Amino acid sequence: MAENGAFYRTMTRRQLLAAASAAGVALSKPAWAQSMIDLPLPGGPGARQVTTSFPQKGPMILQRTRPPLLETPFEVFDKGVFTPNDQFYVRWHWAVIPTDIDIGKFSLTVRGHVNQTLSLSLNDILHGLPSVQLAAVNQCSGNSRGFFQPRVPGGEWANGAMGNALWTGVRLKDVLDKAGVKPGAVQVRFKGLDEPVVADAPHFMKSLDIDHARDGEVMIAYAMNGEQLPLVNGFPLRLVVPGWYATYWVKMLNDIEVLDQPDTNYWTKVAYTIPDTPHASTKPGETGVKMIPINRMVPRSFVTNIASGTKVKAAAPMTLRGIAFGGDCGVASVDFSIDRGKSWHQAQLGKDEGKYGFRQWQTQLTLPGAGEYSLLVRCTNSNGVAQPDVPNWNPAGFMRNVMESIDAIAV
Amino acid sequence: MFRNLLPAVVLLGVASIPHAAHAATPFELKSVKLDLPDSDKMFPDGPGSDVINNNCIACHSADMVLNQPLLSKQAWAAEVNKMINNYKAPIATEDVGAIVKYLTAFKGAK
Repeated sequence: MAENGAFYRTMTRRQLLAAASAAGVALSKPAWAQSMIDLPLPGGPGARQVTTSFPQKGPMILQRTRPPLLETPFEVFDKGVFTPNDQFYVRWHWAVIPTDIDIGKFSLTVRGHVNQTLSLSLNDILHGLPSVQLAAVNQCSGNSRGFFQPRVPGGEWANGAMGNALWTGVRLKDVLDKAGVKPGAVQVRFKGLDEPVVADAPHFMKSLDIDHARDGEVMIAYAMNGEQLPLVNGFPLRLVVPGWYATYWVKMLNDIEVLDQPDTNYWTKVAYTIPDTPHASTKPGETGVKMIPINRMVPRSFVTNIASGTKVKAAAPMTLRGIAFGGDCGVASVDFSIDRGKSWHQAQLGKDEGKYGFRQWQTQLTLPGAGEYSLLVRCTNSNGVAQPDVPNWNPAGFMRNVMESIDAIAV
Repeated sequence: MFRNLLPAVVLLGVASIPHAAHAATPFELKSVKLDLPDSDKMFPDGPGSDVINNNCIACHSADMVLNQPLLSKQAWAAEVNKMINNYKAPIATEDVGAIVKYLTAFKGAK
């Protein structure tokens, strides 16, 4: 079980000074103008700035300035199932990101193993194809990586590298049909406008199998939550791959290539691979494990209204509330336990906004007497897959979905 | 805004499509021109700090590294080699040792 607080305490200036001096970090003066947060990552460091300096974004936990890695502060998830655009997490691989995008000049190319190469304007996409909408969770493969033990290198996220939005756009299938996929196509590769600083470094590209690309669910989004995407979330077009990890959701999408051979590019074949084992789990130091591209998401659930370590009244009713998602399908049930998993009780599920989205859950419970309690929460998805009670581990820090636990002190 | 589309969706008879509903509202995009913030944070002074500052922060800001957990020398060497081999970081061979040594001294698992 994961002992992660829903909220992380804001650091005092004194704690921050201690942390900064212990780490030998020279904090520049403007940093003081920003608040800090302490993510409860085992072994630390957990101190992060909460930055408001990114355009079109509200307060975000700063994991990396360039290329941006911005985490959603966890309290945002208590406000509803749709994550606001200005606090939706951000993750880029390469630092050369266009910051001046003229909608009249932008075009999306569809090429490769097709009958007709296309160059689609945004007008062609917005007004020339049927529009579709879908709620879906976008979650970084490495969300919660900072809780892995032993720790692993990478973006040291707490639980906020995820978000749920109502995406509006066009079906990828319709775009591919317009170009006419030739017989023998095996995969479709997606590329965005971002570029590496070093010219011969591998451009970020991801591929999906042709049948997946044409399933009618994968879409090219031009809006999230009813508005155009913030630039750092992929304006003007982003691939939406419902139920799959965000690595496939290519941002600033401007190039679609239909392949007649399996994609061997670095980002599909080497990076973002997981052990082909239950829960993508291995032991530290284990070698010779077969690796496969990361793919479908797994169920998760979180308490959002109570921070770990919160004092509550004993023998009095209290509300426990949170969010859950099924991963690659809907939420069947969310269950909670106040006795470390000996007995489980079903929580009430909120409105279903779509099987790929967040689902709110809520329950009333009473902690019978004074003492410390671990409140466990577990999602079971509509395929019957439940969150495990032991954490997975792999060297890349991918696919964490252990059931979460919140400490409550009844007084 | 999308909620008031629901009646139109039902009239069109596409509500039975489980994963997607037709949206009818004209939607327009606006061009974007903005600036992304940068970081002036450098690696703290110490043996090799010049080498790591000169080699590493062209592609990514130092905060990413400063936020990493303590890692073994072997793990730091693997990270530096990943930057060179996979991400084509133009790091001179003679600088690799100094960078790994700096990271191990500064953020090495004891």
